[in-house]
Amino acid sequence: MSASSYPEISFEARMATVEFRIDEDRAHITVDDTICRDCSTRGCITACPANLFVPTAAGGILFNYEQCFECGTCYLVCNREGAITWTYPEGGHGVVFHRS
Amino acid sequence: MSDFDVVVVGAGPAGSAAAIELARAGRSVCLLERGPSPGSKNMYGGVVYGRILDTLVPAWWEQVPVQRWVTRRSTMLIHDEQALTVDFRNPGWGAAPFNGATTFRPDFDAWLAGVAVDAGAVLVCSTTATGLIREGGRVVGVRTDRPDGDLRAPVVIACDGVNSFLAKEAGMYPHTGAENFTVGVKETIALPREVIDERFAVRGDEGVDIEILGCTGDVPGGGFVYTNATSVAVGLVLSLPALAAGPDRPEELLRRLKAHPAVAPLVEGGEVLEYSAHVIPEAGYRMMPELVGDGILVAGDAAAMCLAAGIWLEGVNFAIGSGAAAGRAATRALARGDASAAGLAAYREMLESGFVLADHRRLRDAPHLVMGDLAQRGLPAVACGVMEDLFTVRNPEPKQGVRRIVRNRMRRNGIRVRDAVREGLRAVRTFG
Ligand SMILES: Cc1cc2nc3c(=O)[nH]c(=O)nc-3n(C[C@H](O)[C@H](O)[C@H](O)COP(=O)(O)OP(=O)(O)OC[C@H]3O[C@@H](n4cnc5c(N)ncnc54)[C@H](O)[C@@H]3O)c2cc1C
Ligand code: SF4
Ligand code: SF4
Repeated sequence: MSASSYPEISFEARMATVEFRIDEDRAHITVDDTICRDCSTRGCITACPANLFVPTAAGGILFNYEQCFECGTCYLVCNREGAITWTYPEGGHGVVFHRS
Repeated sequence: MSDFDVVVVGAGPAGSAAAIELARAGRSVCLLERGPSPGSKNMYGGVVYGRILDTLVPAWWEQVPVQRWVTRRSTMLIHDEQALTVDFRNPGWGAAPFNGATTFRPDFDAWLAGVAVDAGAVLVCSTTATGLIREGGRVVGVRTDRPDGDLRAPVVIACDGVNSFLAKEAGMYPHTGAENFTVGVKETIALPREVIDERFAVRGDEGVDIEILGCTGDVPGGGFVYTNATSVAVGLVLSLPALAAGPDRPEELLRRLKAHPAVAPLVEGGEVLEYSAHVIPEAGYRMMPELVGDGILVAGDAAAMCLAAGIWLEGVNFAIGSGAAAGRAATRALARGDASAAGLAAYREMLESGFVLADHRRLRDAPHLVMGDLAQRGLPAVACGVMEDLFTVRNPEPKQGVRRIVRNRMRRNGIRVRDAVREGLRAVRTFG
């Protein structure tokens, strides 16, 4: 496919277009990295649209809940019981869409 | 003691429609929403088909927040750098009662919730339902994350969207495998009104809806482009298991779509206003949960009622249709003083006799067909190849017959006539 004639935005700039009302007190999603260490599929890494699952050199996963769309993709693709603990943020917190 | 007659969880289109029906019937209804305002958590492609509102909000088109009225619908098949587009224009859709409107969900959902509030519903935002309250196996309310936040009511209507933790907690939702779901990602890109009018060849508040097949690489799915007043939405819908298998991430697949020669001239140059993502219950009828339990009804995406069938991507209308039916069924049950599953059973009958389950049952094989290899790869490749052969003038070579061209293109793409006929017949049975 031909290259487009304008520069593609960086992932950081892309995520900077989204408003997140971050709950500083509670992570609504947590990842048990010890379970991820024996995971061979690691679907969360490519599937999470916010790119929040970062593989570490030690074979684990570094996860940060702050810029999350609350979409559910990660827990749906993860087939390891207990790896992801998934809840919605407290009311009023988290992603806020304006033009979608 | 009950706090309300009904607690509706989720102020999306399903929840607001349910609340409108209940409030108008004189019932006390709490409409609970975890976002700071209705629609703030919601994204979609971009078109609401409003006719389902005819009875709920007469002359809805005079009040609904609209970006553009869709008067042009295209289906595009992409293969490598080629594209074949079937383009349909109908200026008639640009006047009442209209057909589809592009609108932003934070605007649309807030508007519909406002109709519910005007009818008497109590809208409570910034409050997440964290679980069901049950007594003797019967649902009698929800817990929330507010202090002393229990809300008791003889009927709970779960309109909490695709992840519906309430339906799951009630044990009504067995089909939670990733293969039933897709994830949608989208960019809203700012462009001046005149530029959109020119690129999409429309005027005034006319708008365009383009559905695209063959643009998602190795991941089964589809793409879309919609026009708003001063922005365009471009996005993809992607099968979860294939996306998880990698190697391409959603934004990389979206970048490729935006760079395609048939799409780039439409969307390039503008600033990205918002990036968004949301999951879709793709498998529709085949993944639907139980719809009725003791003290609980499930409606909209929470009941997998989104119709994702290739040329159709409709969920808001199905959410409104099912939510309204749930509201009416709950009203009836309360009047009889029986909120058990038996008392609420009219809900399913209403859906069966209306478009919600009729469309879903008829199109139950469509998601599978559209996500299959033949539709995803074979069809775009053969269609574009046939067009290339038909329209490339290879003089002094004479022209070939159409049948021969089709046969050659099928062979080159490894498609056996037998398989094509079988899938074709399935498609006729499904869509016909
Ligand atoms: C990429 C994409 C493109 C789409 N394109 C179209 C399209 O063009 N046209 C169309 O008609 N449909 C489209 N759809 C489908 C459509 O968006 C859905 O079918 C529709 O939104 C379903 O409405 P709903 O009310 O059932 O659920 P939702 O709209 O998801 O609303 C659920 C509400 O419940 C709230 N909620 C959830 N859990 C809780 C809780 N525990 N406590 C309190 N509140 C809660 C949420 O915040 C949300 O407001 C698309 C979907 C996607 C993802
Ligand atoms: S979150 Fe799940 S899919 Fe991702 S690495 Fe851990 S176990 Fe594997
Ligand atoms: S919910 Fe969606 S955005 Fe949030 S971490 Fe999971 S996959 Fe990523």
